[in-house]
Amino acid sequence: MAEEVVLLDFWVSMFGMRVRVALAEKGIKYEYREEDLRNKSDLLLQMNPVHKKIPVLIHNGKPICESLIIVQYIDEVWNDKSPLLPSDPYKRAQARFWADFVDKKVYESGRKLWTTKGEEHGAAKKEFLEILKTLEEELGEKPYFGGETFGFVDVAFVTFYSWFNAFETFGEFSMEAEHPKIIAWAKRCMQKESVAKTLPDQQKVYEFVLGMRKRFLGE
Amino acid sequence: MAEEVLLFGLWASPFSRRVEMALKLKGIQYKYFEEDITNKSPTLLKHNPIHKKIPVLVHNGKPIAESQVILEYIDETWEGHPILPKDPYERANARFWAKFIDEKYLPGIRNALSAEEKQHENAVKEACEVLKHLENEIGEKKYFGGEAIGFVDIVANIIGFWLGITEEISGTKLLTREEFPKLSNWADVFVSSSGIKENLPPRDKLIAYLRTRLGTRSTDASK
Repeated sequence: MAEEVVLLDFWVSMFGMRVRVALAEKGIKYEYREEDLRNKSDLLLQMNPVHKKIPVLIHNGKPICESLIIVQYIDEVWNDKSPLLPSDPYKRAQARFWADFVDKKVYESGRKLWTTKGEEHGAAKKEFLEILKTLEEELGEKPYFGGETFGFVDVAFVTFYSWFNAFETFGEFSMEAEHPKIIAWAKRCMQKESVAKTLPDQQKVYEFVLGMRKRFLGE
Repeated sequence: MAEEVLLFGLWASPFSRRVEMALKLKGIQYKYFEEDITNKSPTLLKHNPIHKKIPVLVHNGKPIAESQVILEYIDETWEGHPILPKDPYERANARFWAKFIDEKYLPGIRNALSAEEKQHENAVKEACEVLKHLENEIGEKKYFGGEAIGFVDIVANIIGFWLGITEEISGTKLLTREEFPKLSNWADVFVSSSGIKENLPPRDKLIAYLRTRLGTRSTDASK
């Protein structure tokens, strides 16, 4: 059966990257469409009328929205290789819990690093480093959050690696110094083709965030 | 094999009740522990050190936290009344709406019911937009899950029951039958459904409890 897979995305979005990594892990051929978020396409607005956001996966004409929901969908449909979620229900629950933790905490906290100043910024930095500490403790001595193999939580968090340079610069800290295990884990993930080919260059992301920051702070 | 299922919850919390609804729908025996969220037990803190919140399900000694994660776990572990659909696309759709309810509906409603005068009108408008999406989604279906109660219905318990109560306390009516006939109808069907109605807290007791808590404008500590 002819399979049609389209991804509406934006190159710098760590959420969109999650879907790209999952598609690559599964070896799925798809059409990538770059959205201009300041001038969203009719297709995007039609496929995601509720949130009007990327990423949106369109599979044989039917849209799926929200990055982690898309990743689970991909895992369930293309279930013949590279499982992303574990098969044991308890381990699956743990994977969902931690992916949810990344979703709730990392983006919002990271965002404050480049949108705040002064005292607020100090608090944001402290909060961000605490979140990373929690994740580092969860990783422990495991090669991946998923255990021996790359999995759901790894997909959920590794895309933020492309934003690390931006976080470090605006947050005024060194990731390597504060959380070396996270860096080691990220580099391990980057040895996988699906991750290495998806994540954009950290410098490019930094320049993008710099631009956003200037507009946000009105500089 | 002896099965041990424990639930650490709060009688007034919709998140806690979601888990009870799922357990009851599946016919699972469990032991319930009422938490005092102003004085959380060491057991709760041990089982949920990250968020320190209820509900927490402990199955044969292993804890699971976050109500939606718990619901999926229950569905995957026990047979009986299916909570999520089998088809991957429908599952994705169910997860989408459940996420929408907790991430968009909940903060939106809170804003609308507690906003200061200046922001009130805007907050109410935004909350109604959220309700409109849900009105469209329920459509002509009996439940969000179709013919039977499903994942989204259980998660939407905060709309089905708790919304009416918080509207009464705040004096702002959002879910009107004129504007949202389908969603209003769903709410009526939901609260009278078997498996749900037995798991709702007593109305007067809940009103009194929430009046005290909302009166201090504290954020909902339970999820």
